[in-house]
Amino acid sequence: MSDITISERQAGDITILDLSGKVTIGEGSVALRNTIRRLLGEGKNKILLNLANVGYIDSSGIGELVSSFTAVKKEGGTLKLLSLTQKIQDLLAITKLLTVFDVYDEESLALSSFE
Amino acid sequence: MQEIREISLASRIESVEEAAEMADNFAKAQGLGDDFIYAMDLAVRESVANAVKHGNKFDESKDVSLTFADSGEMVEITVRDHGSGFKIDDIPDPTDPENLLKSNGRGILFMNSFMDEIEWSNADDGGLIVKMRKRR
Repeated sequence: MSDITISERQAGDITILDLSGKVTIGEGSVALRNTIRRLLGEGKNKILLNLANVGYIDSSGIGELVSSFTAVKKEGGTLKLLSLTQKIQDLLAITKLLTVFDVYDEESLALSSFE
Repeated sequence: MQEIREISLASRIESVEEAAEMADNFAKAQGLGDDFIYAMDLAVRESVANAVKHGNKFDESKDVSLTFADSGEMVEITVRDHGSGFKIDDIPDPTDPENLLKSNGRGILFMNSFMDEIEWSNADDGGLIVKMRKRR
C-alpha cells in the first residue's frame, strides 16, 4: 500500500493537489511525479500543492518537489506550495529552497496569486 | 551499559523503510524524545538510501549493514555498504545556486544537519562506512 494519498480539486484553471502521508523515496515520490506528469499531459499547468497533511518528507521527496516545479515551469506553468508543516519548512530552509518556491499559508491567497 | 542492535538489509528501496522502522523502535526503546527520533529517522533513511543506490547500486548480492549503539550519552549509527566508496569532498554543495534545481544530492546535507558528527571511511575490504553520532 502506498504511503501517500493525492486528492485532486479544481479551482477555476488551478489544480489543487491535497497530499496526505509520506513523500519519501519509492512510492511516495513516484506517485507525485506521475500525478504531475498526468496533469501536464492534460494541459493543467497551474498547480497548487497542499502539504498540510504531509507528515514526513525525505531528500527524495524534496527532490520530487523540485522536479515537479521545473517540469511545470518548462510547460509554461506555475507550481506553488501551500501550508508547509514546520518540518518541511525547516528542510526547505536548510536546502535554501524557500528562495525557489512560492509558499502560502492560506489557500485563498495562494489561489489569487495565480492571477 | 551500551545497548547495541544490528541488522543486515537487502540492497533495495524497501530496505529504507525497514531501516527507518528499526531506528524508530530502537529510539523508542531507549526512551529518546520525538525530535531525536525524527533526526535519527531522517539520517538513517538518507544514509541507507545512499548505501543501496550509490554504494551497492541495487546489487542484491551485496547487503547493507546497519548498527545502532546507545552509550547513554550518545547514539551512534553505523551504515556500511559494499560499493566502491567515495570521497565526501567530491559531493557538490546542493545549496550552491547552480545546484538548487537539481532533483537529488540533498541526503548528505540532511544527515549533516540532523546529526552532531559524521565520520566517513572506506573499508579495507571495500565499501563505505558511515558513522553518525548524536548526543542525547
